[in-house]
Amino acid sequence: MSLLTPTIRPSVVARLNPVAKLAVALIVSCALLLSIDWVSAGVALLLEAGLLLWCGLSARQFWLRTAPVWIAAPMAMITTVLYGEDSGALLWQFGFISVTEGSAQLGLAIGLRVLAIGLPGIVLLATTDPTDLADGLAQVLRLPARFVLGGLAGLRLVGMFIEDWHSLTLARRARGVGDGGGLRGAARRFFGPAFSLLVISVRRGSKLATAMEARGFGSDEPRTWARPSRVRAADAVLVGIGFAIAGIAIGVAVWAETWSFILA
Amino acid sequence: MLDTPPFPAGHGAQIRAVQIRARDWGWRHAGRHSQAVSGLDLQVTPGERVLLLGASGAGKSTLMHALAGVLGDAEDGDETGSLLIDGRRAAEARGRVGLVLQDPDSQVVLARVGDDVAFGCENLAVPRAEIWPRVRQALAEVGLDLPLDHPTSSLSGGQKQRLALAGVLAMRPGLLLLDEPTANLDPTGVIEVRDAVVRSLDHSGATFVVIEHRVEVWQDVVDRVIVLDPAGGVLADGPTREILSKQGERLAQAGVWVPALPPRFPTRSPITPAQTLLRAEGLAVGRVPFGRRAASVVAAGITLNLRAGTATVVTGPNGAGKSTLALTLAGLLKPAGGTLQASDTFAAGIVSEPHRWRSQQLLTRIGTVFQDPEHQFLAATVRADLQIGPRALGLSQAEQNSRVDELMHRLRLDHLADANPFTLSGGEKRRMSVATVLATRPRLLVLDEPTFGQDSRTWQELVTLLAELLDEGIALVAVTHDAQFVNALADEEYRLGMPDPIRLGTGAP
Repeated sequence: MSLLTPTIRPSVVARLNPVAKLAVALIVSCALLLSIDWVSAGVALLLEAGLLLWCGLSARQFWLRTAPVWIAAPMAMITTVLYGEDSGALLWQFGFISVTEGSAQLGLAIGLRVLAIGLPGIVLLATTDPTDLADGLAQVLRLPARFVLGGLAGLRLVGMFIEDWHSLTLARRARGVGDGGGLRGAARRFFGPAFSLLVISVRRGSKLATAMEARGFGSDEPRTWARPSRVRAADAVLVGIGFAIAGIAIGVAVWAETWSFILA
Repeated sequence: MLDTPPFPAGHGAQIRAVQIRARDWGWRHAGRHSQAVSGLDLQVTPGERVLLLGASGAGKSTLMHALAGVLGDAEDGDETGSLLIDGRRAAEARGRVGLVLQDPDSQVVLARVGDDVAFGCENLAVPRAEIWPRVRQALAEVGLDLPLDHPTSSLSGGQKQRLALAGVLAMRPGLLLLDEPTANLDPTGVIEVRDAVVRSLDHSGATFVVIEHRVEVWQDVVDRVIVLDPAGGVLADGPTREILSKQGERLAQAGVWVPALPPRFPTRSPITPAQTLLRAEGLAVGRVPFGRRAASVVAAGITLNLRAGTATVVTGPNGAGKSTLALTLAGLLKPAGGTLQASDTFAAGIVSEPHRWRSQQLLTRIGTVFQDPEHQFLAATVRADLQIGPRALGLSQAEQNSRVDELMHRLRLDHLADANPFTLSGGEKRRMSVATVLATRPRLLVLDEPTFGQDSRTWQELVTLLAELLDEGIALVAVTHDAQFVNALADEEYRLGMPDPIRLGTGAP
């Protein structure tokens, strides 16, 4: 189990093409960014909840991975309720802080929005292998192989950065500059290793580039793909569902007269 | 297994071994004054197996990169003369040449074993239906018996090098190039990689060129040795045995490990009585993984006595926790269990647990030489970097200068005083990393794989220096795979996974 080779349980969602998943996440997000009202976000979240049951993550994995969103949503909601633009009847006041009907509605709309955009994004990516995503981006969307595979190979270096950072901080302690010096010392202890890490990473990157070039990568000749990335009927259905969620959310909001187009 | 090779018939016939021809060839890297290689005349016939030797800076790696077509174009340097692979320029012979480099970590491209091996085939536009049989065959040839979706991040160094080799073999090159493929491996890894290479060469009949300081690994595999002259051209060229006996002396001086001329072991004059500095009892070591709070223990039940003037070596297989033990003994990691205590004279008035010492308090007590020297470089020049320790101790400017000058002289770094530590050669970096530690005169030295990938000259210097330090009463603990290092210096050997340290007869009572 690691960033690049996640353990993904076989499920309907795991078998879908990553590009289709990316498309759905983008469609829903774009639709929800067009307005700030609680109805559209609430409807989208409700419809998504039905889909998330099929995502193939265990309950533990689901809560662990989506924890940041569950923390961020109420925080965004509370701050908006307390400090958001006031309108409508005054519900509660304490010094500068005032809660009105308008700010309460705005808070709810923002909180639901964070959930409705964040949850599907995280869940879809949690069920996607980075290698499959790269295959999809290059074969389905025809993004340049040099760019996609270069990025994928670079991603592998991230794990090494963590190792290097660890060694660099230990080495500073061993060399007598690992503590003390107050705030300036602390800043130096961060920027010093950061610079060394940069130098070491650039070298590692250029070595990797040489190794890739030595294996025929980076020429303008056509290349083949060992792992086919195909768009199947199920992927089309998924994208259709994405459009449906976006459409229904907007439709209900317009019908309930809460829709407020932000560009209007 | 050798009775029934796992390879389908006809594989060998598909590979045409490559011919190499250099005529007055030379290369100067952009921005450098001197030629990396010059006046090289050379011919290698198809199927020949060549060991390429030469002093550091003779241009061995440059030649390898040129043969593999990854040296770059006119922007990256100036080429003179001609270097041809089957009559074509190397850059145009894509897929005919396969190159395996030294560092196992920076050659893995993809996250899964099968995908990584397939990568080269994809780039050569091999049809998909043909790629996977090639992948399986290449993995079988290098003896990596792993599922295709096995994560590459969990492989050992030797396995990673065999993976890189498989990735190259799957491209079915007519010329196989190895640039110090085993320098960063433990002894088991070295044999694994060597045997995998021999197996695949016997099968494919490809032309083969290898660079390696440790001659004994390859001397029975190759049939020809070429020695490059740092001044340009070829110094010696001929059958392995003949060149090694004729040029042995000269090669050994240039840092090549010639089997018939092993480096001399220093004579020690151990001090008595050897006073205990640091004592580990039932020590458990481990690291706190990223994002966790508790350490995951890699080795436990370690009982050790580190004494003045005594060299203790820690050996054991990869992954046994040797480096973690070294970092813990060095006071850099908190023990995960048991006790680690400094004696009263060693602690000299501060608490007895090294991990609780302040960074500056460590300086005069424990010096740590990291496995990767680059991790411990802090300043932009060699001189400035060496001064960091003495300055942190608050020594006078005059004292700082005299210590640094003396160290640079002792470790032959004088001419590099203003160079950036990151630009030094491998041997220079190692000497420099030892110098940074000695500048504060610690009483205990902790070294993690100090002789890894070093040429015989640096090895000799390092061992001689450490022996002198031991005679001066410094305690030394080194994690190592190097049997010669153990023979040359160790008074006690602690094998991780064994109950008691083995006491060797050379040193203190």
